[in-house]
Amino acid sequence: MTVMKKLHMTAAVLALSTTAVAAQEVEVLHWWTSGGEAAAVGTLRDTLAAGGISWLDMPVAGGGGSDAMTVLRARVTAGDAPTAVQMLGFSIQDWAAEGALANLDALAAEQGWAAVVPAALQRFSTYNGSWVAAPVNVHSTNWVWANTALMAELGISQPTSWEEFVAAMETAKAAGKTALAHGGQAWQEATMFDSMVMGAGGPDFYQAAMVDLDPAALGSDTMVEAFNRMATLRGFVDDNFSGRDWNLATAMVISGDALFQIMGDWAKGEFVNAGMTAGNEFTCFRVPGTEGTVTFNSDQFAMFNVTDPAAQQAQLAMASAVLSPEFQVAFNLVKGSVPARTDIPADQFDMCGQMGMAQLAEAGASGGLFGSMAHGHANPPSVQNAMYDVITAHFNGEYDAATAAAELVTAVEIAQ
Amino acid sequence: MAGPEIIGAGLFCRAGQVQARHIKTEGGRRMAASTDTGVDLRTRLQTWLPKLVLAPSLAIMLVFVYGFIAFTIYLSFTDSRMLPSFGWVGWDNYDRLFRIREWNTALSNLAVFAVLYIGISTLIGLTLAILLDQKIRGEGVLRPIFLYPMALSFIVTGTAWKWFLDPAIGLENTMQLWGWDSFSFTWIKDREMAIYTVVIAAVWQSSGFVMAMFLAGLRGIDNEILKAAQIDGASNWNLYRRIILPQLRPAFLSAFVILSHLAIKSYDLVIALTGGGPGNATALPATFMYSYTFTRNQMGIGAASAVIMLMTIAAIMVPYLYAELKEKK
Amino acid sequence: MAVASPDTAIRTSRITRVFIYLFLLLFALFYLLPFGIMLVNSLKPLSEITGGNMIALPQDWTIAPWLSAWSTAQIGVEPTGLRPYFVNSLVMAIPAVVLSTMVGALNGYVLTKWQFRGSTIIFGLLLFSCFIPFQIVLIPMARILGLLDIAGSTPGLILVHFVYGIGFTTLYFRNYYAAFPTELVRAAQIDGAGFFQIFWRIMLPSSGPIIAVSFIWQFTNIWNDFLFGASFASGGSAPMTVALNNLVNSSTGVREYNVHFAGAIMAAAPTLLVYIVAGRYFVRGLMAGSVKG
Repeated sequence: MTVMKKLHMTAAVLALSTTAVAAQEVEVLHWWTSGGEAAAVGTLRDTLAAGGISWLDMPVAGGGGSDAMTVLRARVTAGDAPTAVQMLGFSIQDWAAEGALANLDALAAEQGWAAVVPAALQRFSTYNGSWVAAPVNVHSTNWVWANTALMAELGISQPTSWEEFVAAMETAKAAGKTALAHGGQAWQEATMFDSMVMGAGGPDFYQAAMVDLDPAALGSDTMVEAFNRMATLRGFVDDNFSGRDWNLATAMVISGDALFQIMGDWAKGEFVNAGMTAGNEFTCFRVPGTEGTVTFNSDQFAMFNVTDPAAQQAQLAMASAVLSPEFQVAFNLVKGSVPARTDIPADQFDMCGQMGMAQLAEAGASGGLFGSMAHGHANPPSVQNAMYDVITAHFNGEYDAATAAAELVTAVEIAQ
Repeated sequence: MAGPEIIGAGLFCRAGQVQARHIKTEGGRRMAASTDTGVDLRTRLQTWLPKLVLAPSLAIMLVFVYGFIAFTIYLSFTDSRMLPSFGWVGWDNYDRLFRIREWNTALSNLAVFAVLYIGISTLIGLTLAILLDQKIRGEGVLRPIFLYPMALSFIVTGTAWKWFLDPAIGLENTMQLWGWDSFSFTWIKDREMAIYTVVIAAVWQSSGFVMAMFLAGLRGIDNEILKAAQIDGASNWNLYRRIILPQLRPAFLSAFVILSHLAIKSYDLVIALTGGGPGNATALPATFMYSYTFTRNQMGIGAASAVIMLMTIAAIMVPYLYAELKEKK
Repeated sequence: MAVASPDTAIRTSRITRVFIYLFLLLFALFYLLPFGIMLVNSLKPLSEITGGNMIALPQDWTIAPWLSAWSTAQIGVEPTGLRPYFVNSLVMAIPAVVLSTMVGALNGYVLTKWQFRGSTIIFGLLLFSCFIPFQIVLIPMARILGLLDIAGSTPGLILVHFVYGIGFTTLYFRNYYAAFPTELVRAAQIDGAGFFQIFWRIMLPSSGPIIAVSFIWQFTNIWNDFLFGASFASGGSAPMTVALNNLVNSSTGVREYNVHFAGAIMAAAPTLLVYIVAGRYFVRGLMAGSVKG
């Protein structure tokens, strides 16, 4: 396999370039514990092994990383931080503020990261201008996944506006299918909410409400409109949505029981595993109303301060391997996301991947690239979770749209 | 003291006591004068030894329990976010805490859950114990069946029941496949009813243990009293009501302690079963505390909620302990 | 003195007995059903689970999920299954159980046979420690373990479980020894026996049942603990619960429910064994005093 050969070459180069001793080890805390991701991270381990660095695995699954973050606190408080930790968005900033992360500036300068990593991503990989983390990928959350066979059967063409989107779902519902496959978990509702806010108010509104947390924006009529759209979506999900895992919702689209799913591009892996190809059996398009923008989240390996020089060398080797083009391709092909480097040729990726890469670059250039609130890239965890509470309560019928917007203002205020 | 006794005692005694012996036997000339010192030393050692033995446990408790509790109380007055920090903010965290909807949900859920869980477990445990006590054949088989759920971790229990209660793949689906089309059991997806599914799973896990406690209590009741009452013409119902149940008071109290401790600490079960959902419908103080301390980076508020929880526990447990320990004289 | 006898003086009629048996069997079914379902579904291939009825027996019996859960399932980056972590759990649990039981026994002995002023208060303090939630413990304990330089290792985890087990074991032994005749102890004292002699030769030999109770309770709690295990033991020495969590709670990838169930049953097997084997002692132990308050 060419990719493997390239990885080995990279490893050899690494081995030559670092003054490495065989006793180097990286301890990696992550929650990629199954399936394709685990295999993809395995390639990273193999690369490092070829360079003489051993990988001490520390997997802690659960809650999309929440248990892993708890364990991390215990380890850091005990003075025994892992070498590298999978982390999202603002958590990296929080840890950097505590002074717990290492400085990767020398390596970043040497390898020219600043030029190839999008600025919106760098906002999380750096703290006060210094590199502290190596981004692995870029997921984006404002995608709609659709079953093409079902679309053809119902005579639906790809919607290009919110009204068309709703009309398409009406058609599906009338035909007895589930229009929108959804899993009733707070983060899934929040993922849809990202797109509703963007669709209702555009990039400036998203910035004001989700990132700047301006109370005027949070309580505005535009926000009420966003909640109204959520209520519309609520009318299109099936009765059994509560608590359903996201991949079971994707399975509904795969099997043709449901028409659309609004989900991040990790959903693509499920389609691929089911033997489908992008553009043929399934298709992807931006949530109508959010074209031209990308709400993203990015998995990164945050490098923690270690005192042992051998460990520091190993850490640098790992950061280097993470940002190497070979690993970026290998990992992202499996994960469904797009590389964190913008200089990677798109030809190995499928239709959705290529579209994603192109749109990422475009949005980055035009100011339409925003961190996803639902995945911790717009505001800190306390605010994010406070928003989750309001969004899910509204989705489950506890508030009407106007009350929800008001509650949002209060909740965000308490959380800061 | 007789010679052989000294040697015999010396073989088993700890070093200090052996030295005491030496003082007495070495140089018999000193015996008269040193006997008093030896006795004093021995008695003093015997007086101090129990305290010495207990001391490490007490020290451990003071550091690892009460020290941590004090630390948490302190943290609840600080601006701690992700990790402990020591900027004083006064009552701010408590103020915010009681404005958070989820906290009020958690408290009311705890009340509902605890009352139902403790009540139903006790009732089932008592009933099963009384029934098992009736000279049942096969008790040796039935008892482990009732007891085994306690051996399972809460994660396993929660996952198994989550499956069982899921309408799409569990009980409702099975009933419908078997022909009972209108059967519906969607409690786990219902905001109002979800907390009761937690009760069901928790009762399933612990009622067998409660049964074992009551069974042991029943077995300890003196049969002579029962026989005497029966000769006097008491019916079975009266026997239970007037003699047996009152004698089970200690068992009731022990069951109450164990069950309330499990109710207050239930975190794994809720997370595995409902994840705290739908929405926040099955939030409990334990899940709230975890979420705010570790996930939401609001350790100050998490600590405040922990203090409230501890105060609640103390309010229940201290009177119980007082009553319990007062009887022991 | 009450004679503890397994035969009650209560007499019941034929019809009542039928109802009693029925009721008991119904409850036995209630207790067995979830576990039975897990067992049955762990022997099905995945297609049968996602496609079909949860209660139905497998059409295609297979032990592949069990083999997978044991040695080939993906736990993190390595496809090792649960096997390596079992040993970690054993190495961690057994010393913790033994130590906390021993200390609990000594404490119970002191608190009942060698009472001094303040011993009741000390017992109260020990007892309250049973209720401390782990969320309060995590960060400060991490600090202390770090200072002692045993963080992230098995001895550290043993210490944690030992510390938080003392409250329970002391409770059990103290209640048990409270019912133990003090006259025997006084007589032995008059004969010249010392503190430890009495413990070793008089108290311990008749403590069988309560030692079983303490073992069962401690082993179950320590074996099933997740959070302390995840936080205080690093990757290689992680206990089996952490591995099980990684198996069952992965956020992505195909959910192999049959493997999850096989893994969960495997994880529960030691505690189930302990319960079944020592179950008789359990009731006897509870009976002989700990319940009498």
